[in-house]
Amino acid sequence: MEILSNLALGFGVALSPLTLILAVVGCFLGTIIGALPGLGPSNGVAILIPITFTLGLDATAALVLLTSVYYGAMYGGRISSILLNIPGDEPAMMTTLDGYPMAKAGRAGDALVISGVASFVGALLATLALAMVAPYLARIAYKFGPAEYFALYALAFATLGGMASNNQAKAALASFIGLAIALIGLDNNSGFYRFTGGNLHLADGVDFLVAIVGLFAVSEVFVFIETHGKASAVGVKLGKVTVPWAEMWSTRWTMLRCSAVGFVAGVLPGAGASLGSFMTYMMEKGIAGDKGGFGTGVAKGVAAPEAGNNAAAGGALVPMLTLGVPGSGTTAVLLAVLMTLNITPGPTLFADRPEVVWGLIASLLIANFVLLAMNVPMVKIFVKVLMVPPAILLPGVTMISFVGIYSLSGSYFDLVLMIVFGVMGYVFRKMDIPTVPVILGILLGYQMENNLRHAMTLSDGDWTYLFASPIAAVLWIAAAVGFIAPMFLRGVLKRPQAPESAIED
Amino acid sequence: MSRKLEPAEYVWEDSMKFTALKALGTSAVIALVTTSSAWAAECIAPANPGGGWDFTCRQVGKLLYDLQLVDQPVQVTNMAGAGGGLAYSYVVNERNTDPDLIVAASSATTTRLAQKAFGDATADQVRFVGAIGADPGVIVVAKDSPFQSLGDMVEAIKADPGSVAFAGGSAAGGFDHMKPLQIMKAAGFTDIGSIKYIGVDGGADAITQTVGGFTQAMTGDMSEIVGFIQSGEVRALAVLTEDRVPGFEDIPTAREQGYDVIAVNWRGFYVPKGISDDEFNAWAEKIQAVADSAEWKETMTANGLAPFTKVGGDFQSWVDQVVADTEALSKEIGVIQ
Repeated sequence: MEILSNLALGFGVALSPLTLILAVVGCFLGTIIGALPGLGPSNGVAILIPITFTLGLDATAALVLLTSVYYGAMYGGRISSILLNIPGDEPAMMTTLDGYPMAKAGRAGDALVISGVASFVGALLATLALAMVAPYLARIAYKFGPAEYFALYALAFATLGGMASNNQAKAALASFIGLAIALIGLDNNSGFYRFTGGNLHLADGVDFLVAIVGLFAVSEVFVFIETHGKASAVGVKLGKVTVPWAEMWSTRWTMLRCSAVGFVAGVLPGAGASLGSFMTYMMEKGIAGDKGGFGTGVAKGVAAPEAGNNAAAGGALVPMLTLGVPGSGTTAVLLAVLMTLNITPGPTLFADRPEVVWGLIASLLIANFVLLAMNVPMVKIFVKVLMVPPAILLPGVTMISFVGIYSLSGSYFDLVLMIVFGVMGYVFRKMDIPTVPVILGILLGYQMENNLRHAMTLSDGDWTYLFASPIAAVLWIAAAVGFIAPMFLRGVLKRPQAPESAIED
Repeated sequence: MSRKLEPAEYVWEDSMKFTALKALGTSAVIALVTTSSAWAAECIAPANPGGGWDFTCRQVGKLLYDLQLVDQPVQVTNMAGAGGGLAYSYVVNERNTDPDLIVAASSATTTRLAQKAFGDATADQVRFVGAIGADPGVIVVAKDSPFQSLGDMVEAIKADPGSVAFAGGSAAGGFDHMKPLQIMKAAGFTDIGSIKYIGVDGGADAITQTVGGFTQAMTGDMSEIVGFIQSGEVRALAVLTEDRVPGFEDIPTAREQGYDVIAVNWRGFYVPKGISDDEFNAWAEKIQAVADSAEWKETMTANGLAPFTKVGGDFQSWVDQVVADTEALSKEIGVIQ
């Protein structure tokens, strides 16, 4: 019952006309920011920080606005993934795999509706979980040391092979290229710079946002120019948007499973939404098996990553609020805002400032319903933004990519690097090498290496330390299963009547 | 902003000229905004949002405006890269004469300059204009740790250097890494290289690792541990200041436990080298005014900062001394040649 009175307190704070307006405005802006390639939740929130100060908003109002933008961007990212094959932000990367094939098959509307509902389910469940178990769940972070994190990242990579089913060697090559890029920059364990060529711009390594915009958006421009738009993703038509009830109902377990997994991935600091959407997609692909048709444009293929990444977005708020450890780039920005407002997140926040915490949770719940309305019945408004003629859209996408990347570091160097990635993406597409593993390598490689080396420092180089704890052991077993199972299952599942229906009903 | 919109009010008097005047009014507003941005102050935080430099820029920037020391909200620019090196070389090379620019700095800035971690850059390429507070260095253990005092820990390390691993928020060789090394050196321990240290992403992460039992101690700043001290999950063995910190009187200093180590992470600013002495002094006065304000004192208490105000020429000469000392120490412990 305590939770109900807390929620009542929260809604009392959140249900003022001002905060409601801010939630609607934030959701709208967030969805647009998310839908535009190059602008993701972290730039979106960072751009709006000065506005909250200029408006003189108090702590709760500022948080409502910024978290609405955060959730909105997580919803919006899928729109350009589905329509353009360009992820609007990095967690929406996995949504391109099935969303775009669906759009090409003339089912863009179905993909948008199903992924929108999946986003809603993921975000709603995560917010409820945040409300109920946040203080206890924070303890999970204490159970994860270097060995456990290394095993977690190993699990992510072990399932990679199953992703590019046509050629695993190419997927492996791509992930090694990503890992190699991740080595660039300051080596945290010796304090020396590696592979920077003395260039200060490379001292912190390659930002994965630069890589993702280059590999997806800029390479799309090259392909468009080469084929005069024929082979390009741009120009998918969206007909009447109807709700595919039966198909959506068939994804219900996918949405629930992925919400749970995504939430836990979000709670772990350093894993975040991208890992959440990746792991949920690979998990559902594994459960469905070859018969599931993942990658060819199936409803579960868009429901899984969207439920996963939106749940992870909620999960990432847990370590931020309870430990002061940001679980993702965007929560790092939110953390900064909290500190500026003289609220110090940490173990005592729930007790010290209940009105802030519960006001936030209540406004997240409100934002979710607003977003569901905007992203399902009203999705056409946002689609219009992306549905202008290619001759206008592509220069626009290019411009926003440049502006978005420039806003990250304010240096021209990242722009040059983005073009280099664009060329690389173009060559990879010609050679049929998947680009998603490159991004994952860059995204996870740095943390994976750091955690391995920390583990080796702590254990004096004893390799068994990596397998010593129960959590690590379970993760390693999951990794081994994830790596080996697809090889055997492929043979087994060729038989008719795969066990899929058992899971379904 | 509303004051600048006045030209548009004329439109009600003569509806015929509505469009033309509205356009005029709009362009006047744009012109005003454009010109005013030239004298609006900017604060560069050489890191992503969320860290100490970002905090310094945003808090002090807000107070500069609230106290009417500047007439526009201070624009905060995050310029992450090379642990502050990117912003440093940017200021030196491209903004060297900009009088409206301040850049957040801390002990990490001078440590890296002393260790030549910013390429060829040296500390005399900018002017250090003021410090407004200091984050005292702390050594922290989990609540169930067997170490009751700094002495217990020092003895354990002396007996078996591998038995105690430290987690901190800076890379190897950084400021957090130096603190335990300085303590062990003060205790007469010479095999500095055998002390285990892992550099994680920030102080809160370092605490999580320590509370989780993966490392035996955390080395960091007071601001990073306040919430965890209050919730009782960690105990501070020592604070590395001259005197005990107000508000945290029950934490003993390292000095009173017999290890004469002072390590505070000051928070302050540098400005471009090429500005005039008047402009430099004007910034020094503004920073002094922020430091003296009641609002800033509140912010410091809430965030575990201890008073530490040095501005202008005083601060510059203090920084010069710190850089020289750090360089000598870094050579001694082998972080640089």
